Amino acid sequence: MLAELQRDFRDWLVAASDETASRLGHRAGLSIYQNNYRSQLVGCLEASLPLLRQYLGDTAFLQTAVHHIDRHPPHAWTLDAYVHNFDRTLIERFPDNPDVHELAWLETALARAFVGADATPLRADILADIDWESTRLNLVPTFAGRTINTNVDDIWTALSAEEAPPEAAMLDEPAGLIVWRKHHTCQLKRVDAVEWEALQHIRATGNFTTLCERLAKQLGDEAGIAIAGALLANWLANELIVAG
Amino acid sequence: MPNATPRFHGYGLGLRKDHYRDFLETAVPVDFVEVISENFMVDGGQPRHILRQVRERYPIALHGVSMSIGSADGLRLDYLQRLKALVDEIEPLFVSDHLSWSRIDHFNSHDLLPLPYTEEALDIVCANIAQAQDLLGRTMLFENPSSYLAFEGADMSEWEFLDILCRRTGCELLLDVNNVYVSARNHGLDADAYLAGLPAERVRQVHLAGHSQGRDMLIDTHDQPVSNAVWTLYAHALRRLGPVATMIERDDNIPSLEDLLDELARARIYGVVEKRKRLTVEV
Repeated sequence: MLAELQRDFRDWLVAASDETASRLGHRAGLSIYQNNYRSQLVGCLEASLPLLRQYLGDTAFLQTAVHHIDRHPPHAWTLDAYVHNFDRTLIERFPDNPDVHELAWLETALARAFVGADATPLRADILADIDWESTRLNLVPTFAGRTINTNVDDIWTALSAEEAPPEAAMLDEPAGLIVWRKHHTCQLKRVDAVEWEALQHIRATGNFTTLCERLAKQLGDEAGIAIAGALLANWLANELIVAG
Repeated sequence: MPNATPRFHGYGLGLRKDHYRDFLETAVPVDFVEVISENFMVDGGQPRHILRQVRERYPIALHGVSMSIGSADGLRLDYLQRLKALVDEIEPLFVSDHLSWSRIDHFNSHDLLPLPYTEEALDIVCANIAQAQDLLGRTMLFENPSSYLAFEGADMSEWEFLDILCRRTGCELLLDVNNVYVSARNHGLDADAYLAGLPAERVRQVHLAGHSQGRDMLIDTHDQPVSNAVWTLYAHALRRLGPVATMIERDDNIPSLEDLLDELARARIYGVVEKRKRLTVEV
């Protein structure tokens, strides 16, 4: 049966047991396929996370990649997706290094943004005509964000400029790190807690009016409205917003 | 069955990142370019933008590596739908993939794994090809794989398998001459007998590539120039096929564009020589 043969072949690639090899036969040929399988997955992780590899060093990265490949066979049709659950292995192997987890997230998020859906950003000059009660503001489809606790953006910036990275350090307070694509160029930016919460509000509700109300309650009427306006102007200038 | 792919007899190269600028900013002397379909089956961004620009300048062939046409549990609809969106936008010369399998259940090896050439496998591959061609609305080309093992209990040879699946599904062939050479050497087959057994009228495209010597076998690495032995086999293939779209396939250790164009010029010379021989015979 073809299905049984293919499952045996899968088991050989993943676990390389003598039992499956004897069922399939042709040990020399099987070894070539297994070498191709494993080297392709190592190559995929290396190509997906070049800065993390540099940060950890080749040996530590390779050991982590092999550990991951042994436990997580690929599922998706695209090899690019293989890196998407590598964070689990990093947390397991480097439990006390949030800088490592955050750097892996950042590289993966930038790669996703690079091939994310195109969108036409909202222009600032049409704001005067917008009906704020009914208009939903959406973040561009390439937007991604997370809370960070380390100076990962500084580490990324140094590594990508082929400079020595700064010592990893915890931030005084958590911040947001956002990634998106402006035309064909990926962007990243550390944002303070107020802006990060505001972006999460827009992502969840698309409602700028309720964002204004929320900031007014939090910071006082005048300051809240002023900050909401400044944030929106900045998001529009950075092509982060599309109309709903 | 969908209509046969129109014949196209040009010479092409694979589009690789190292040469994007050459293809976008200069008139590279090729008749078509081939791209790996999956590299462009993305939502948007620069890859799709570049492909659209290249398409304005050159005909494009889409060559896939992830359809897994030999999977016993069928094809993935999400993959086919993404490929169809790309095909509809690019309107390629050819849409091709490999006679191999990569996926079973929820596992995807991302490698071109060999099939046993049995009646059961033939039925499964034919059903999968019919589904793919129906959804894409066009005829596909399937490439003979290079292989490092042959399963016991085969009911037919690889070329007989290819011949029957062409007749049953209307699909066409992408003949990889290097793969014929590699598999023939690895399994002790007669490469000329392989070529003689193929349905020549179904071959729409030819790949030429390089290989490396492994410990026990030849490995289809695509990181070397085309070997002299493969050029000789290409000449034999042209005698059977006549003029056919041909490209140099290089995926690793990418040389300069000039080097690749030199290899392509050699393929053109083989084509011209074969054409003259045919004219002489006709006269």
